[in-house]
Amino acid sequence: MSEENGMSRRVMLVKLGILFNAIVGAVLAVPIVRFLFSPVTREKKFGYESWLSLGGLEQFPTGQTRLATYRNPVVNSWDGETADIACWVRNVDGQTFQVFAINCAHLGCPVRWFPQSSLFMCPCHGGAYYQDGSRASGPPERGLFQYNHKIEDGKIFIRAGEMPTPGRAANTKSGGAMCA
Amino acid sequence: MRLIQKIGEWLDLRLQLGASIRETSKHPVPRETASWFYVFGSAALTCFMLQIVTGILLALIYVPSAGEAWNSLQTLNHGISLGWFIRALHGWGSNFMVAIVLIHMVQVFLFGAYKFPRELTWIVGVLLLLVTLGMAFTGQIMRFDQDAYWGLGIGASIVSRVPVIGPWAVNLMLGGPIIAGATLSRFFALHVFIVPGLLIAFVGVHLLMVLKLGINEWPMPGRVVRRATYMQEYRELTHKQGIPFAPGAVWKDIVFSGFILLAIAACAVSFGPFGPGGQPDPTIIQTAPRPDFFFLWIYALLSFLPPSAETPILLIGPAVGIIVLLALPFFAGEGEKSWRRRPIAVLTILLMAVALGTMTHLGQHTPWSPVMDAWSSEPIPSQFVRGRTALERQGALVFQAKQCHNCHSLGDRGGERGPALDRVALRLTQDQLIRQVIQGGGNMPAYGKNLSPAETTALVAFLTTLHPATQVPARDASRGVAFGAGETAAGR
Repeated sequence: MSEENGMSRRVMLVKLGILFNAIVGAVLAVPIVRFLFSPVTREKKFGYESWLSLGGLEQFPTGQTRLATYRNPVVNSWDGETADIACWVRNVDGQTFQVFAINCAHLGCPVRWFPQSSLFMCPCHGGAYYQDGSRASGPPERGLFQYNHKIEDGKIFIRAGEMPTPGRAANTKSGGAMCA
Repeated sequence: MRLIQKIGEWLDLRLQLGASIRETSKHPVPRETASWFYVFGSAALTCFMLQIVTGILLALIYVPSAGEAWNSLQTLNHGISLGWFIRALHGWGSNFMVAIVLIHMVQVFLFGAYKFPRELTWIVGVLLLLVTLGMAFTGQIMRFDQDAYWGLGIGASIVSRVPVIGPWAVNLMLGGPIIAGATLSRFFALHVFIVPGLLIAFVGVHLLMVLKLGINEWPMPGRVVRRATYMQEYRELTHKQGIPFAPGAVWKDIVFSGFILLAIAACAVSFGPFGPGGQPDPTIIQTAPRPDFFFLWIYALLSFLPPSAETPILLIGPAVGIIVLLALPFFAGEGEKSWRRRPIAVLTILLMAVALGTMTHLGQHTPWSPVMDAWSSEPIPSQFVRGRTALERQGALVFQAKQCHNCHSLGDRGGERGPALDRVALRLTQDQLIRQVIQGGGNMPAYGKNLSPAETTALVAFLTTLHPATQVPARDASRGVAFGAGETAAGR
């Protein structure tokens, strides 16, 4: 075997070695990528959302809007108080309810209800909404996010579990029509 | 002394580093670069090293758990000897680092240092700016308080606007469907492993290139960079007239770095650590979240963008800005280096400084936000109610009770969201006031459903009194015709 052949054999072995590592790397990449994307893929398996009770209807007097809180359905023991989420419940006429997300439709800051002027106001960039959740003024492009809700056994339930954001509001209804 | 020398020799025989370190420290640099203008890069590195040391010290105590992080910060502040000082050093070190990186960047830009052959040094520098800001942002989240929680909400809301992949990207960013334990854990991993790893790697490449290509010479008006001749010219500058980096230039770096460390320590002692603010409990909604100083300008920008343009500007703007910075050395890689011959460069810096300064100032004062408690905490100054009729005073009560004061100021008190109303009667007639109150418009909500006719009448009666005594309020001339000559002014 000539010197030249020996070199090319070794070069080929190096290349084979690199190829072997590339294959092993590719195989390893599959579980790594799946692990990394588990917050996204898990959604399909279990569904982040479920029906949650906000408590008895007696807490929400007719014609008023009250703050309610719930514990997020998907929790870890180390989530602490971050798993407690607030929302606004509006009892329109004793029969009809609206449940608004606490997050401003602009950039997610917590909106506050002012019963005297019947407005929701956002402390971050000055978004304001009417009592039915529709946009009143400021930078939001739309009304407040609303949770789907149902009344059962004298309690109000909402379908929740995911932070509402402007881009993924498909699961939450928009507030009333735009009227600025 | 002899023992130290012997140990040194023993180590060097095995490490074989002494010669290259000596060579590196003695490498010649252009004489004029031994200047106080050339100390910011090394000062940024000093800040970074301080951040590493103080960061590791904080990690001895800090618990990166959504349920415990806030408590561990309280323990650091109050329960552990000098824990507050280490937190303060880390917080102020962060502010100084961002500031010095920005100053370094401005200096490098104005001195034309990004031109041939240092294009890649500049590009890596831009990446260093981005990872430095990344450290600042993720660090703000480590201080897991209300601002951190709602800041993550703002981040998620921005990310969600990315077309198609937005909703998935939010889950990826938060580590789940909501801001919770997984979110803090992954931002902790970013803040202590991923971003610092990138930072160290980029700093290494950046420094290597500064050594290999040499420090940028002092720009002289008329000394133009040409690819064909630059290397030869620079060689002459360094080897014929240059001085050794150590001790010729390095002493200024060392002195300035020491001064910066002292300044950080002084700020830490005088002003103490940053926060944490309120507990990261999303059910406590009495909060006005605000980002840290270096992101206030973005916060201000977000309130001024028109709703329709917001998403495109938010998503495309940063990309365009970064691409412009990265591409700069490719369309201005040759030519004049001196800022004296580059008026557009100087104007660009001034414009950016004024714009960022103004936006930051606005971000500190948030005139666009209603003052949430003005209606109950800011009384109407007495000159606006003195000598008024009962109806007008009733209107002043409506003004307070319906939270008009949250958005409108009287006598410089109250919100600035809407116009000040001290002289509103000069601008609007009684009819116009009624229309504005009931229908809203011009970014004001409509109050028609929320005010009884009596309340509206009282409120407008009050508003029509808001004008200087020496000036006549606005009136509708056609009223005089319609009601006969006797009735002239609307209201009073």
